[in-house]
Amino acid sequence: MFMCTIWKELEEEGIKLLEIEEGKFLGYRRSNGKVGVRNHVLILPTITCATQAAKQITELVDGTVSFIHQHGCAQVGDDYEQTFRTYVGFGENPNVYGVIVLGLGCETHQAKSVAEEIAKSGKPVVTVSIQDHGGTLTAIAEGAKEATKLVQEASTQLRELCDFSELIIGTECGGSDACSGLSANPAVGAVSDKIVEKGGTAILAETTELIGAEHLLANRASNDKVKKRVYEVIESMENRSMQMGIDIRTGNPSPGNIDGGLSSLEEKSLGAANKSGTSPLNQIIDYAEEPTEKGLVWMDTPGHDIEQLTGMVAGGAQVVLFTSGRGTPTGSPIAPVIKIATNTPMFERMGENMDLNAGNIIEGTETVEEVANRIFNEIGLVSTGKKTKAEILKQHDFGIWRIGPTF
Amino acid sequence: MSDHIFRSIVMKPLDDVAVALQEIPDGTEIEVHFSEDQTAKLVLKEIISFGHKFAIRTINKGSEIKKYGEVIGRASRDIEIGQHVHVHNLEGIRGRGDKIVRD
Repeated sequence: MFMCTIWKELEEEGIKLLEIEEGKFLGYRRSNGKVGVRNHVLILPTITCATQAAKQITELVDGTVSFIHQHGCAQVGDDYEQTFRTYVGFGENPNVYGVIVLGLGCETHQAKSVAEEIAKSGKPVVTVSIQDHGGTLTAIAEGAKEATKLVQEASTQLRELCDFSELIIGTECGGSDACSGLSANPAVGAVSDKIVEKGGTAILAETTELIGAEHLLANRASNDKVKKRVYEVIESMENRSMQMGIDIRTGNPSPGNIDGGLSSLEEKSLGAANKSGTSPLNQIIDYAEEPTEKGLVWMDTPGHDIEQLTGMVAGGAQVVLFTSGRGTPTGSPIAPVIKIATNTPMFERMGENMDLNAGNIIEGTETVEEVANRIFNEIGLVSTGKKTKAEILKQHDFGIWRIGPTF
Repeated sequence: MSDHIFRSIVMKPLDDVAVALQEIPDGTEIEVHFSEDQTAKLVLKEIISFGHKFAIRTINKGSEIKKYGEVIGRASRDIEIGQHVHVHNLEGIRGRGDKIVRD
């Protein structure tokens, strides 16, 4: 149970605090029934050429968010589809109230097509094109004008009581060290199990960092189809490095992972797999795809922190749990990322970036279960409006997993 | 220093390595707990940094190395009890595109 002051009621003795029971939070209900934990107006640039104008709109209009990226043109086939799906997923994420889709005009990822897909979710969507509106300044003015209307509408929406069963929680580890597999990852695994128990969804990802641990997950598959897919996605990811003729250890584990004591990808993977807890694996989904099953699902993503994060948020994750041993500033423009330190020295050194400390498990002053309970409680607080360090520091990271060359 | 108890952890009884939970000096005699009722004393042959591994069994070159009860790689040289186990004597088995012989 936790207290919050989102709703203040003046009573004779002063302000009455609203008590919310465990497993509940106050969120924003969308017209399609989904629930957001934030109420952003997203300025979504579908092409690199529009990112600077999008950023200018966020400078002008309070309550808007955007991001810089290098995607959206001269992409074909599956690579085109994956980028398109990521844009649409970002717009559809229930943490977003409404979207200004900002395009240049001539790019392969047309702003209009992205906007049409997002609009199916029932939220307000406006398209602005730099070429159609006569240049950067007029496009910024038009986008800003439309954004002000959306921000004002969004500001009138109240939070209401929601249930953890309506949450999709992304899990991630980055800048891992040898403590990751001992402290923060097992704690996140216990949280993942609690989310699943409450009827919610937990996403496991980072296929690269499950190489060497796939047999453990295959044994937990809820059916043969999922079991077969486990080996398929692992083989496909491993083959990418094999085809390049290199030892994957030249890139993963990273130099920081190796400094932290991790000696091979397999060792890193066995620690990373702990994030999935013990629940049955119900589904394997493609990058940036929304899960259609509840419970534990595996999204096929690379180990790159930002690409993985972007994929999970595009897949509908409203909150992300991110464990780190080396420390990381990472955040998303639209989803709160709760960062959990695997060891106390790093938590103390990088407290401005890290939200919670699981290092007490290493020192033996707290159990995995106790840390899991703290993380679970924090999900309730953050989902109700408490800001994470990454949000406060405006860490608006975005990067798409590209699976084809640029032409 | 001799009274100081240094902490390390063995994840599963069958593991070949323990993880140092703090930096442990070279030459330290350390008690390792394989399981609740199985412990052994060994002497560290090098300094072991926080989070790094040391061998708790003799590991022959070419044999698999276990942590978490699972294979984390293969020994690229003979490893004695108490030696640091890391990238200099453990190689990954997976994702080894460099091992593929091409025409």
